[in-house]
Formats: sequence, structure tokens, C-alpha cells
Amino acid sequence: MPVSKLVGARVKRHEDPSLMRGLGVYVDDVKLPGILHVAILRSPHAHARIKNIDANAARQRAGIIAVFTGREIKDEIGTIPTTADNPTLRIPPHRVLAADKVCYVGEGVAVVAAEDRYAARDALDLIQVDYEPLPVVTDPEKSLTPNSPVIHSEWPDNLAFSWQQEQGDIAGAFKQADRIVKQRLVHQRLAPIAMEPRGVLARYLADSKDLTVWSSTQIPHLLKTHLAQMLNLPENHLRVIAPEVGGGFGSKLNVYAEEALLGYLALKLNRPVKWIEERQENIRATIHGRGQVGEVEAAVKKDGTILGLRYKVVADIGAYHQLFTPAIPPFTGLMLSGCYKIPAIAIAVKAAFTNKMSTDAYRGAGRPEATYVIERLMDCVARELRLDPVKLRQKNFPKSTEFPFKTATGLAYDSGNYQSALAKALELAGYGKLRREQERLRGRGRYLGVGVSTYVEICAMGPGFWEYGKVEVEPGGKVNVYSGASPHGQGQKTSFAQIVADQLGVELDDISVIHGDTALVAKGIGTFGSRATAVGGIAVYQAAEKVKEQARELASHFFEVDPDDLVFSDGKFNVKGVPRKGLTIRQIAHQAHGATNLPGNLPRELAADATFEPANFTFPFGTHICVVEVDPQSGRIEIKKYIAVDDCGKVINPLLVDGQLQGGIAQGLGQALFEEIVYDENGQLLTGSLMDYAVPRAADMPRLKLARTETPTPVNPLGIKGIGEAGTIGSTPAMVNAVADALAPFGVTHVDMPLTPQKVWRLCRRAPGAGARR
Amino acid sequence: MDPVPKKKISVKINGVVRTFEVEPRLLLVYLLRDDAGLTGTHIGCDTSICGACTVMLDGAAVKSCTALAVQADGGEVLTIEGLAQGEKLHPIQEAFWQCHGLQCGFCTPGMILSAYQLLKRNSKPTEVEIRHAIDGNLCRCTGYQHIVDAVQMAARLTRRKARGEGRESRSSKRKATSRNSSNSKIQN
Repeated sequence: MPVSKLVGARVKRHEDPSLMRGLGVYVDDVKLPGILHVAILRSPHAHARIKNIDANAARQRAGIIAVFTGREIKDEIGTIPTTADNPTLRIPPHRVLAADKVCYVGEGVAVVAAEDRYAARDALDLIQVDYEPLPVVTDPEKSLTPNSPVIHSEWPDNLAFSWQQEQGDIAGAFKQADRIVKQRLVHQRLAPIAMEPRGVLARYLADSKDLTVWSSTQIPHLLKTHLAQMLNLPENHLRVIAPEVGGGFGSKLNVYAEEALLGYLALKLNRPVKWIEERQENIRATIHGRGQVGEVEAAVKKDGTILGLRYKVVADIGAYHQLFTPAIPPFTGLMLSGCYKIPAIAIAVKAAFTNKMSTDAYRGAGRPEATYVIERLMDCVARELRLDPVKLRQKNFPKSTEFPFKTATGLAYDSGNYQSALAKALELAGYGKLRREQERLRGRGRYLGVGVSTYVEICAMGPGFWEYGKVEVEPGGKVNVYSGASPHGQGQKTSFAQIVADQLGVELDDISVIHGDTALVAKGIGTFGSRATAVGGIAVYQAAEKVKEQARELASHFFEVDPDDLVFSDGKFNVKGVPRKGLTIRQIAHQAHGATNLPGNLPRELAADATFEPANFTFPFGTHICVVEVDPQSGRIEIKKYIAVDDCGKVINPLLVDGQLQGGIAQGLGQALFEEIVYDENGQLLTGSLMDYAVPRAADMPRLKLARTETPTPVNPLGIKGIGEAGTIGSTPAMVNAVADALAPFGVTHVDMPLTPQKVWRLCRRAPGAGARR
Repeated sequence: MDPVPKKKISVKINGVVRTFEVEPRLLLVYLLRDDAGLTGTHIGCDTSICGACTVMLDGAAVKSCTALAVQADGGEVLTIEGLAQGEKLHPIQEAFWQCHGLQCGFCTPGMILSAYQLLKRNSKPTEVEIRHAIDGNLCRCTGYQHIVDAVQMAARLTRRKARGEGRESRSSKRKATSRNSSNSKIQN
């Protein structure tokens, strides 16, 4: 790696000035002449047959340009795609609008296009739908029982797919065990709640047959490919633009009904059409996350050695698959070993259809579930064996010299030093003192809890998912960087510029990073799985390296010396031993552009691209420690301290890494404390607005103390691991472990999330003074 | 349902008086975004919870997704677009930049205007006061810590600026006085 001056520096973001002035352009800010506003009529029933739809009154209303029902356009648009490599996968046809039957509250049944947004909304009220309600199932475990209502008649068992894996001698492990520790764990459904709801704008130019779709998406290039199939359009007549995107967290890593529907309307009506999701639609009809109910059991020796692990989990899929729905539960299975040496692991996933919105990737996507399982389990084992939870963890860590470390789930962790992150966190928390303080306070009827979570996660997707980057130097010397990653808040306009500035020796302000437009960036995958920097950043780095080599070739021609006689330092190519005779990248680009008699083997311009596909995933890790005090009178949880020591390998911009962690931790604590998507047994969504779905607020969050260790990955040349999801993954078990620890004197070994005051208060009343045991 | 007659309203937006003809049910946020063309004010929830639509109306931070445009008739609105002075960012904006107080930027305009109201009322807020003041603005990206840092920094910048201006205005007053006195001398 070259000597760098910007990589590793706390550089302010290039993105910010326009966003802070209110000049960022999100989908709803794009205005086109003649635009029509689209509204979607959604099912109020969780499961019902559509007997009839009468849209005449809506069609006749002034200002209404078109109304289409699901039945009318049934065969005009392809089904919503899903991807997974699983032979047991059952894929019910998932149409952009329901034709004959609705399977969840919020499923679209008709669409209106109108001259203004108010008229479109008014028209929805005029559409008469005659529903015949059907029996509903919302509980995934009940859905898999023989007497459950059937959601898709082709598959009466409601099984969406199954997946199992077993490595090591599981039966032997449980035979040799001194103890078997079991725990049932619920990962409640969550709503991602990107602050910008989804939105789509589509424009068709009939003359050139070009369709442009602006969408609030994390994956413009994947979306383009899928939309071309759904709309039966040639891909080269389709352009997808992700303008400013107001957060995603996985919820915009998808191909949604509305994206295809708006494309269809633009083609059909030959007018630009725009749909902006309302928050209440967002909570009904944008993917949910988590939704797993599992039972874990560990075979352990008295000294705390973990011999084996069994995990049986039912995943709540919802009514249909979205893009990565079937990929999430297996991800949980793969990461079950956590950061421990566990010689035998068996996983069995059963995925159940339910009358609810689909679950899919939400920040962490399968890994928070895995980390929660193993980290809660470690605390349960520690409690059972009367060991300190920290000592138990230390006992089962692989040594830093044991990497690449192979797990009994089939992964090879790239690099790690779990001991050092834990040690640093313990020191920052003052762990020994905390335990003494806890003892002292318990004597006075005050309940302090200390929760430790030592996590490892899987990042930088990865083998099978490449990313594209291109670097070009304009004749005037300015540099354009193109990336197939599609950042939406992560700040890669800045961090990619830092990488390229160091490589080419150019000023940061002379670099523009371009992304999110399939017409400008030749190809790409997108931003998800903490991959944008660890995969996309590497592609950009490699493209910059190639540009530097082109510049070397040109410089050797201009200087009339052998390329090997040139050295690059301080942004200049110099002839060895002649430091004053130098050419900058900018000068070389300019000279090449205007040169006469340039030999044919030399490039006219400095421009190169690269596609990077890592050979392995990366495995960031760390330790989070949460200290709480629980008030048994009110059930209130006060966060006294929160320490996070994270290791994401090499860091490009520490400011951005801190931001990712703080936001991620807030989301993880949100799951632990407040958030839950609740459907009643009729499939009605009880948490359908932000008045009912509790996103953490500023006053709910503690001040976090962040620190880092740095263990580079050998998987890519910059040693970067990725940091987008670590906070969410590490924090949830730290909080629940802390509260379970605080409630130990009440005989509480486990509490399911969210840890609402009511739930905690009940536990404190249920078992008064059941005796302290830690 | 017959169309309801439109109402003529006049609103001073970012210092400029503008007139509009609107449906009585039109929300203030749509007036700003669609009719006034100021799309920096965002809509994040429709239920007055998230605060992305926060603007200053007659000196108070309001959620423009739950105010009617007609309620602003004769009033004065400050949106995010009106905060910077030309190229020069407002101290709150400068502080958000320095502290990495924004990621996706969607909540930022509303967040900044809530901070603006706080700092108008309290030039030296504590962390608890800041967290309370922005409790009506949801941010899903930052976890709020950098936002709190930014508001603290903005408070410092604003106080420093005020002190500077105070000194400047005192000294310019002195200058003016001395000039007056010299003038008077000349006159004498």
C-alpha cells in the first residue's frame, strides 16, 4: 500500500453542503412537465378473495387520467423477482397488484393516475372492492401446524422453504455434555423506517422508446435488469437513476411492485408518473426485517467449553418473497458460531408463509439474529455454570494466530483478535469495578446490569457479488470516479475521493464521485451488506492503480526514459535521480490529450476501470458493553454507560466510521428497547404509523463511547472490512444481556425484546426476591 | 364531491412576500414544496412525528405537514433554503458539517430548524436540553450523537459570533461617536 495522507483522515463530507442547504434532490424533488400523480389502493384485509372491483366512479371523476385494477393488468407485467439457491424454495406468483386474492394488509389492488396528488387520493375512495374474507394466520409457528389456514393453495403446509446444515459430531457433543442449556428466543419483526419513504418517478419517451425510472433505491443496476424483464423492455432502453436516497437500511435493496407499476403506467399513458410512498404505506408495504422464532441448545462442559450447538428456527416470511427474502435465514445459520470455537453445529430453518408483509434484508440481515442467539446463549450458559460471562467468552475464543479460522458452519473467518477488542472494552468500562458496584447496589435494592456482547459478523458481499469502479482524468486535470455502489448516506463521495486522491496525488476537491445512474456508470451491483467500501472502494482503487500505470507509460514517452526509471512521489512522476523534472497526473492527462505523434500503443486519455470480486467475505468484530439500571417500580431502563470497541480493519475516514457505528447502535438499541411490528390475529397492523411504531429519539439514546482496534483483512488490498452493520449487530444482545443481568435477583434468565417498561415491570413483580444468582 | 373554491393567501417566505391561490385543505408543506418550489422541506411521516417537514412559522418551529397553507396567510415562513447567507453557511449548518451531523440528509433540514429554534431561545443548552429540543425530529442514520455535538458547536459559534458582533457594534458605536464628535468638532 502506498504512503497515504488522506486515507485514515477525518475528512468532512463532500456531500453535505447541498444537503444542509435543502438543495439535495430526492425522487420527490424531481419535477417534470405534465407529471401525473399516482396513488395505490391497498387491501384492508389480511387474507381475502377479490370478488369484484368497480372503478367506474373513480374513472369518471375530474382530473383522473387512468385507473387500473390488478385483474386488468394481470398479464401485462412480470412477477416480482426473488433470488435464492435453494431447491426447496416455493415461489408463489407475486404480482405488482393482486388479481384474485390478497394475502396481507397493504397489498395493492388498484392504481390511480391523476393530475394532482389530492385528486389521486380522492379517487381511491371511489373504488369499490368486494372482498370475501378468508381465514388468517399471522403466527409463523402456527402457520406450519396442520390445521392452519392455507395461504397459497399449491402448498397446504405453508412452508416457504427449509434449510439445514450440520457439521461436526453433534450427537457426540450432546452425549459428552455435562450440561445442556436451552433457550427460546424471539426476534421480533421490525420496520426499517428510512426517513425518506420510497418513491418512484417514471418517464417514457415514445420517439426513442426510452424509459427512465428514478427510484429511491440502493441497487439501480440490479433494478434495471429486473425491470427490463418485468416490463419486457430491452435493457438498453431502460435507465435507472437513484438520486439522493434518504436512507435505506436494506429496505431499498429490493425490486418493488411500484417500480414496475410506474414504468408500466409511463409507457401506457405516455406521461411522466410519480408515486411517493406515505409513511403508513411504508410500514405496510415496504419490507420488514427479522421475524424469527428459534430454540437454541448448547452442549457444555462444566468448565465452560462449548461442545456443540443446535438451533431450530422458524422464519416468518410473510405472504410472498421479496428479492432476498429466502437468503436471510440461512445467513443466520452461517453466523451461529459467533466468535467461538464450537466443533459441532446443527441448524434447521423452516420458513413459514404468513398473512403479513414480506421480511427481507434489514440492517444486519440475518447476522443480528445469529449474534443475538449466540450472545444470549453465552450469558445463559454463564448463568447456568455460575461463571463470569467474560471469562466464558475468553475461554471459547480462537487465538489471533488461528486465523483464517474455520467454523463448523463452513465459513473461514479472515482475520481477528477477539481478545484485544474485549480487553479494551473491559478497560474502558471498568468492568471489575462495575461488578463490585453491582454487588453493592443490589444490597440496597438497586439493580444494575452489565451486558457484554462479543460479536463477529460477515461483510463485504462478497464472493458472487462483484463491484465496478472507473477512474478518468479529464484533459483539464479534474478526476471523475464512477462506482457501481449506490451510497445513500454512507459518504462514499468523500471516502472514494480520499482513496483516489492518495493514489494519484491529486487534490480532494478536484475529484468528483459519480454513482446512482445506470447511464453514467456502466455496471454495478449496489450498496448493501457493508460492501460499498470493502468491495466498491477496492474496484475504484484498482482502477486508479491502472490509471497511474497509464500515466507512467505516457510519462516515460514524454521523458524518453524507460518506465522503470520513473518514480512516483508527491503526486509526480520523476526520472530517478532527477527530482526536479517531474510531471503530475494532471499534466500528463493534458499532454496526452493534445500530443501529436503519440505512438499507437499509448493511451490518449487516462481512464481505466476495474471489477473487483473478493475471494472471501470479511469478518469485522468487536465488543460492546452496556450498563443499565432497572427500576423495578416502573420497569424503566436507564442506560448508564455504553462502550463499543469495533474492528473493521483499515479505516478510510474515521468520522464516517463513527457515524456508521453510532447510527447502527441506535438501531440495535431500538430493537432491544422499543421497536416491534405488531399484527393482531386478524392480520391487522397495529403499529402502522410512527405514532405506534417507536423509532428511537434523541432523548432515548445514551452518549456512546467508541474505540477501535485495527486488524486488517487479507481479503482485499486496502485491508478494509466494512462497518455499515456492525453497530446494529453488536448492540442488541449487549442491551438484553444487561437487562437480564440486572433482573437476575428476580430469577429472570431471559426477556424477549422489545424490553418495554411494562414487560420489565411485570417480571419484577412476578418473582419478587427470587434470589440473586449470576 | 364538488371542488371547493380556492383561497388567495399571501405568505412571506424567506424574506419575500408571495401570493398563492390554494385549496383550503392544502398542507403548508405542499405549498412550500410544490407552489413555492422549495423542496428542502421534506415529508417523512404525515403524522407530525418525524419532524422532517419542520419550518419556522412566525418565529416558532412547526411541522408543516400538519399545518394548512391558509394558516400561514399573512405570516412569515423560514425554510432551510433561507438559512445560509449566500455562499456563507449558517453556524448551525457549519457545525453539522464539521461534526458529521448528517448522513442521508433527509431529516437534516427539519433537524437544523429545530436546533435553530432552540438556539434562539437558549444560547447555551446542555446536552439534555438539546436532546429534548430535537426529540420531535427523528433521524435514523446518525444515532443523534453527532447531531448533539453539532448543536453544541453551533451554540459556541453563535455565542462567539454574538460576542464578536457585540464588540464590533460597541466599537463601531464608539467609532461613530468619535466620528460624530469629530464632525461636530469640524462643525464647530
